[in-house]
Amino acid sequence: MARTLINLPKTAKPGEVITIKTLISHPMETGFRPGADGRILPRNIVTEFVCRFEDEEIFRAELFPASAANPYLTFTWVATASGRFSFTWRGDDGFDQTESAAITVA
Amino acid sequence: MGRSDSIDRRRVLAGAAGTVLAVALRPAAAAQPRSETTESAIRRFAGDNPIRPGRVSLDLPPLVENGNTVPLAISVESPMTAEDHVRRIGVFNEKNPQPNVVTVHLRPGAGRAQVATRIRLADTQRITAIAEMSDGTYWSASADAIVTLAACLEG
Amino acid sequence: MPRHPGLPLPVALAALLLTGAVAGAEPIAPADRRSGFDQMSAEIQTMQRDDDANPGMLAVVDGAELWTKPPSSSRPACAGCHGEASSSMRGVAARYPAWDARTARPIDLQGRINACRRTHQGADPLAYESPDLLALTAFVATQSRGQRIAPPEDARLAPARAEGRALFEARMGQLGLSCAICHDENWGRRLGAAAIPQGQPTGYPLYRLEWQGMGSLQRRLRNCLTGMRAEPFGYGAPEYVALEAYLATRAAPLPVETPAVRP
Repeated sequence: MARTLINLPKTAKPGEVITIKTLISHPMETGFRPGADGRILPRNIVTEFVCRFEDEEIFRAELFPASAANPYLTFTWVATASGRFSFTWRGDDGFDQTESAAITVA
Repeated sequence: MGRSDSIDRRRVLAGAAGTVLAVALRPAAAAQPRSETTESAIRRFAGDNPIRPGRVSLDLPPLVENGNTVPLAISVESPMTAEDHVRRIGVFNEKNPQPNVVTVHLRPGAGRAQVATRIRLADTQRITAIAEMSDGTYWSASADAIVTLAACLEG
Repeated sequence: MPRHPGLPLPVALAALLLTGAVAGAEPIAPADRRSGFDQMSAEIQTMQRDDDANPGMLAVVDGAELWTKPPSSSRPACAGCHGEASSSMRGVAARYPAWDARTARPIDLQGRINACRRTHQGADPLAYESPDLLALTAFVATQSRGQRIAPPEDARLAPARAEGRALFEARMGQLGLSCAICHDENWGRRLGAAAIPQGQPTGYPLYRLEWQGMGSLQRRLRNCLTGMRAEPFGYGAPEYVALEAYLATRAAPLPVETPAVRP
């Protein structure tokens, strides 16, 4: 499992715009770099990130080798109800990881 | 591919899409021609629609200390309502091995069209962000980044 | 120290090499000591300051998990003896390298972690630059964040510090450079496009954009030696610990920044 850091407020007022920050440990090997033996290292990147709130997709990113190692993404969402966000990263070699975080809106 | 070939292709593409594209994609004082592959990536994103400069703001450090990790922030002027919002933002480079940097898909409930990430820049180049709005219009902004090379690399 | 911001480094270096003027290099006075943080762009400074954006925090959180995980079922985790790292490890990294009574040698923080593993946890030492050793070291060092580097007043460390200073000021490698030529004499100038820092080890282990990951001070010293076209010492060599011991005295009283971010 790759280490992830997800930051969003635990509580928010209805209608408040919250910022969600995500960071995941991943080499994002481009597929263009030679390794120590001079041969090109195979591409190994996260290709897709999806954030859902209560199963509804709210944000999606398609990533390419031009994303830096340990992909970092921030985006916003209007807090309207309490619930759970899920965060899914998918990529090469069957990489597939989902994390979640809850918010209380009151 | 030869340089003259790529320039011809670029002229053909720019001509086909009209002067608006030329304004959006060709920097006035630029010496660096955009590569053919970057334009096709942009056309895959925006189709044959005109791309107008404006509404998009691209925040990229002008002088990059290390091209491996370059902070990039993009915001688009939009109320982000169901009727009027940003659907997608595509980011494109000129000189990396591949033209795409990142593509994000937004929903009206986002409140703001404001994202940040970190990218790789293989060389000094121009980065272009294009926003697709819910009314089907496309808006763009570009920023130049000078990538300096580290003096002491790991040997 | 006189500064010549207009003079390009190659010219300055050539002058130094020709005249041998560096022989009496003066260490940087405490009041003039500055972290490499100050020379970074605002963007990278922000990356370091914001714990939600600092990629080094991924390793620190890994280290927090390792702290509570026993390496073998019959022996305690780090936390089993040391408890809450936020209190027991606060200030520790600011005082390393320290004297190791068992081996009668100076020891750096990662060396201490491995010694602890061997002595108290019945576990094999973690490899230098392995993710686990970097993570544990970063986690421990982060507990001292903001504390001023304060090398212990321990006479037993004096020979290592003297050896470290001699190494720092000695010309090495095919370019005939010393650490001091860049980092004592020419900090603040540029080598190519890169700003030359004072070389203060305030934030190790740190996340270096060039590495696209975490690395130790020993890895950075190896980089410098390679850059000087000198043969790097092997990981764990006493020369590195001596350099680290001198560099700590040379950096005090700058605050610990782990996990720092550097270009």
